[in-house]
Amino acid sequence: MKNHHVVNHQTPSVDGKGIMMGRDAYSDDFAHSDALIIKIMRSPHAFAKIVSIDTRRAEEIPGVELILTHKDFKRNAYTRAGQGYPEPSPHDKFVLDEYVRHVGDEVCAVAAVDVKTAEKALHAINVEYEVLTPVLDFETAKDNDQRVHPEADIYEMFPIGFDPKRNLAAAYHMEIGDVEQTLRDSDVVVKESFYTTPQAHAMMEPHTVNARIDYNDRLLIYSSTQTPFHVRRILSQALEVPLRKIRVIKPRVGGGFGGKQALHGEMLCAAVTLRTGKPSKVIFTRQEVFESTYSRHPMRIDLRIGAMKDGRITAIDCYGLSNTGAYGEHALTVFMVTGSKVLPLYNKVEAVRFHGDVVYTNHTPAGAFRGYGAIQGNFALESIIDMLAEKLDIDPIELRMKNMIKEGETSKIFEVMGEGTEGTAMDMESCKLDYCLNRGLALSKWNKTYPRQMISDDKVRSVGMAIAMQGSGIPFIDMGAATIKLNDDGFYNLTVGATEIGQGSDTILVQIAAEALMTEVSNVAVYSSDTDLTPFDTGAYASSTTYVSGNAVLKAATKLREMMIEEAARVLQCDSDAITFDGITFTDDKTDSISLKDLSNKLYYNDEQKQLTATDSYVGHKSPPPFMAGFIDVEVDLCTGEFDILNYTSVVDCGTTINPMLARGQIEGGVVQGIGMATYEETHHNKKGRLITNSFLNYKIPTTKEILKLTTEFAESYEESGPYGAKSVGEIGIDTPPAALANAIYNATGVRITKLPITPEKILQGIKEKENKR
Amino acid sequence: MNVTFTLNGRLRNVNIEPGDYLVDTLRQLGLRSVRRGCDSSSCGVCTILVDNKPVPSCTTLTARMDNKTVTTVEGIPKEASLLADEFGKQGADQCGFCNPGIALSAYALKLNHPNADETMIRHFMVGHLCRCTGYVSQTTALKAYLEGKR
Ligand code: FES
Ligand code: FES
Repeated sequence: MKNHHVVNHQTPSVDGKGIMMGRDAYSDDFAHSDALIIKIMRSPHAFAKIVSIDTRRAEEIPGVELILTHKDFKRNAYTRAGQGYPEPSPHDKFVLDEYVRHVGDEVCAVAAVDVKTAEKALHAINVEYEVLTPVLDFETAKDNDQRVHPEADIYEMFPIGFDPKRNLAAAYHMEIGDVEQTLRDSDVVVKESFYTTPQAHAMMEPHTVNARIDYNDRLLIYSSTQTPFHVRRILSQALEVPLRKIRVIKPRVGGGFGGKQALHGEMLCAAVTLRTGKPSKVIFTRQEVFESTYSRHPMRIDLRIGAMKDGRITAIDCYGLSNTGAYGEHALTVFMVTGSKVLPLYNKVEAVRFHGDVVYTNHTPAGAFRGYGAIQGNFALESIIDMLAEKLDIDPIELRMKNMIKEGETSKIFEVMGEGTEGTAMDMESCKLDYCLNRGLALSKWNKTYPRQMISDDKVRSVGMAIAMQGSGIPFIDMGAATIKLNDDGFYNLTVGATEIGQGSDTILVQIAAEALMTEVSNVAVYSSDTDLTPFDTGAYASSTTYVSGNAVLKAATKLREMMIEEAARVLQCDSDAITFDGITFTDDKTDSISLKDLSNKLYYNDEQKQLTATDSYVGHKSPPPFMAGFIDVEVDLCTGEFDILNYTSVVDCGTTINPMLARGQIEGGVVQGIGMATYEETHHNKKGRLITNSFLNYKIPTTKEILKLTTEFAESYEESGPYGAKSVGEIGIDTPPAALANAIYNATGVRITKLPITPEKILQGIKEKENKR
Repeated sequence: MNVTFTLNGRLRNVNIEPGDYLVDTLRQLGLRSVRRGCDSSSCGVCTILVDNKPVPSCTTLTARMDNKTVTTVEGIPKEASLLADEFGKQGADQCGFCNPGIALSAYALKLNHPNADETMIRHFMVGHLCRCTGYVSQTTALKAYLEGKR
């Protein structure tokens, strides 16, 4: 491990204090004080065709500026997904459409002088619907007589298995080796189906956008987005406004987790301002965030796993059925990650198959969400590994140790599967999964407790665990860029396209720049994500920032350092090779020297004046996975099925931690979201397809009461291709809790829960069923 | 209608509609630390202090503020800065959207229960949802803030 003076230090975030003190930071803090308020009418039906919209009464209400219906837009199919171009998601959405495809889908929009007038106008609009039978059961959606997308003018950008006639947003198939034959030849085969839930992102800041026309006659948008550059491109394409006329600024974002990768309020807000010439804004209500943005793709995963008696895993067969809801955003790519970032964990198999369908239904659409398919796949695979261990009568830790991927190894899957495309072959140059596992055993109560420990007649303690992997950006697709500018007085500006959304990207990118320039964090002022002022970046998704954008910053900073050394050599009249720079002073091989302060002041005011700025960019040629082992300690009440989570232990290999404290924050935040999905976050729909769990009153996310203890450590690891040895860390934390908890509950009670969430009711029912069988 | 209350130490007379909620009134008055995460007193983001007690401003009518003392985080810069230091040391600040509300509850806790232990802190903070941090770092930071450690 190398010695760093800024990187790998617990630097406090650069922006936390200003935000705590209440300074303007988030999108709405920058809204124009006279902005028109946009309110959106939402469909009360899961599926309907709009027969007519009568807006006459609403138009007459004083203060109503504009009403937009589907008739006001050219039919121009696009995808809100917020991905690179061409998107691997079908273009199956219109800004407004004559069909509404889920409860909460957009019907029309009103822009008025204030909230009350806008709401009054919504009430005065009369919509006549032809109500259609919705497709609500995703297991019967494929080839259902009812088509969620009957329209003809929707399309895929390249083959993704899109077949709307069959209610398929995407489909995928791959097989390495002969799975059927290998399973037949195996000593033991375990088979099980697993179900996951449509978890809500529940970021604290609702989706927020405002727009105005600036004095250069350009459209200026502030948006709480994870992908400002994609927002600009997609707005331009869908609304047919030249790209050069649009500027998107992403101020501080109050949490995203994938939910703000897509465009939600931007289209209508931009349309209102373009048509009225007036500033406008839209802030989603919490109900809209739940019903009308995204959830995690719920899936059924059918697994078969084969092994020999000695514990060698021979084959894995995985069929997945994913529910993308009303629109196919991230349909294929989330689905592929369910295979590509899960199955390589057991890379020694002779055969592996991953295939399945992503179906349309009339539910709230699913989209990107931290973990991005991997958490679904992980729940299934890491549950069945424990089931297999029991059948083989082998310790589950030993089974994993024997079969899991190790440093220097690879998996054929990396080459076969990418995100929407073919993959990229790579060896695991850094993989400390074995350390993570062993360390987790030592830190958790495993050895003392496994499989269970009776506390009293009805209380039992147990442990469960799971391992996971994720990625570091999408190779050959995700690009990040950075510009570093030297100022007089010797301080720097770092501008990056990378999107700070609370994960600490501004801070760690400054750390990387400061390390390369041998200066202090406070000497680098950072500004991120403004499509006019900062260089390009694909955005904050796919765990790309540390690895991809971080590498861009390192390259730019290194370049600037060389430029400064050249200038110092000119001033000191020596060869640039002779210069040493310690961050403060340039010294030549004799003893002449000039301070950075003096050099920069000379450069800007006195002598051969010039601007020193360096820009560079980075696109990954691989996606080195971070790894993690997660261990859960629980106490279960056998009479009620209730359980407490006593501790969650995470041991993580993300290469060098650029900031161990912020990396810990990413892991712990992810773990707790994973715990939420595993247990508290239950969604309910009524028979007509309305989401009942559409507020924090009935959709429970973890609170300070449930989360008692988290133990988080990092493995010593160094990824050669990463900036200062780092890999990304944004998603990996979320993956293990569902399987680890399911395994712990099994160890405690003998009840195997295969359908998330894991609730006391299900546990109790399982206990009763077992008792009845006796 | 007119309402008179003390806002961050300054007497304010504001003209409002009877149905206006405090969160909107305060934002209109330029106190943009007061933000909305829901509209049903269920997330804690909009927390402000009324007579030094934490209150969700998203469901509190401004009309009821007559003769009361209202505090937002702009009114307690020193305390917010102290708490921010502790949050910074723990990495307990991520997106920060929950932070101003937490700062006000923490300040109220310091005023009313300066010796609160971890269990009490957890209990007191249960209404502040945070989707980013997983809470443990926040609880540690809050403990340090109450203990006045530097
Ligand atoms: S905004 Fe008031 S509690 Fe959520
Ligand atoms: S820091 Fe994001 S919600 Fe708490």
